[in-house]
Amino acid sequence: MTDYARRTWFVLWKDLLTERRSKENLNALFFFSLLLLFLFQFALGPDRRSLEAALPGLLWLGFILAGLLGLGRSFIAERDNDCWEGLLLTPGDKSAIYLGKLVGNFILMAVVELVLLVLFGFFFGVALWPVAAPLALVLLLGTTGLAAVGTLFAAITAQLRARELLFPVLLLPAQVPILLAAVSATDAALNGTPLAEAAHWLKLLAGADLVYIVIGLLTFEFIIEG
Amino acid sequence: MISASRLRKSFGRTVVLEDLSLDVATGQCVALLGPNGSGKTTLLRILATVLRPSGGTLSLDGVDALKRPEAARAIVGVVGHGSWVYEDLTALENLRFWTAMRGGSASPTRLQAALQQLDLDAVSHDRARTFSAGMKRRLALARVALSDARILLLDEPFTGLDRQGRKWLGEFLYQFKAGGGTVVLATHSFLGGLDVADRIAILYGGRFALDRPAAELSWDALRRLYDDITGGSA
Repeated sequence: MTDYARRTWFVLWKDLLTERRSKENLNALFFFSLLLLFLFQFALGPDRRSLEAALPGLLWLGFILAGLLGLGRSFIAERDNDCWEGLLLTPGDKSAIYLGKLVGNFILMAVVELVLLVLFGFFFGVALWPVAAPLALVLLLGTTGLAAVGTLFAAITAQLRARELLFPVLLLPAQVPILLAAVSATDAALNGTPLAEAAHWLKLLAGADLVYIVIGLLTFEFIIEG
Repeated sequence: MISASRLRKSFGRTVVLEDLSLDVATGQCVALLGPNGSGKTTLLRILATVLRPSGGTLSLDGVDALKRPEAARAIVGVVGHGSWVYEDLTALENLRFWTAMRGGSASPTRLQAALQQLDLDAVSHDRARTFSAGMKRRLALARVALSDARILLLDEPFTGLDRQGRKWLGEFLYQFKAGGGTVVLATHSFLGGLDVADRIAILYGGRFALDRPAAELSWDALRRLYDDITGGSA
């Protein structure tokens, strides 16, 4: 294993182990998701047609709100006991830290999304299994983008006093292209439309993912240096 | 070896360090004394490349630390005010993480041996959340002992340590110096670290008010000089 891959792995290992022990993010996100589902259920009522039209948007609204909670906390552990300073002083390419954090955030978001999807299917009576493959592709691309840009902005705001306010203010505009593409592609996937017809949205998603990951890898060193 | 020349640091209009120069030879330990707010921590943070000075030059073992901080960080070990301890990881896991991040061997045997030296082997599988401040300090020292640093920068390293921990740290610093290592330790207390120091420097008002070989200063003489310079600030 190269030194870069080794350091990426150890950041990921540390983050997942910390989350497994504390369950701070997972517990909060699970109950938050459940609350959202109840609210959506009450708001939409039993009207099946309005549900079908709103479902892709609701799904991503749930994902983005849960993501805001989880991503915003992804650097909290680094602030305790000056661990941020420790990461700054580890020799080597700092983008390995970003990559480890990004993968950790992706896994956390994916777990929450999976739970939300299952609950959505159960609460709204939506058959998700037949559209699982195209939906999984859309979720993979959309979640990667959200995690990439979210990890970057979480790092930028981690050391700021008004981070809880600034994080969503900075993050949401940057997520617009991802959300537009993800909601449209999810709509196509849920309606059983062949994904080829939504290829332009998938290309936009993949492009945005690539741009945000590259920006994150290139700029993380400057962010952590402050 | 540390060679800092005319270091300046200001935060806004507040000047913390003013044209400060410091040379520490290989195998030497300098103890920085000074009251709270005298700039000790700022100086250590600049030497550690955490902070950039407003002016001056800094070379660590021949590496220009201002132009090549990454190269300098590979040879520097730091124990600052924060312990760099992750609360939800065990002592062993904390050491494993930081050792691996520095590219060192994180074999369990090596890590356990370091914990044993600092009397933390009995709690090696306990989460750091349950540790006292002194235990976290010892864990931070174990981290530094495992690193391949050639320069150690220690901020109040003896604070919070019990007698056994202080004894271990003193012996470790003697060994480190004997192996060609360079040490700068900052303290505002006369109780810790002065016996390891080859030179004692008193930092006051952003400048060195005194920089003398430790052998030339008796404890009483140092106390008198310190009181004269700082006006008796603790």
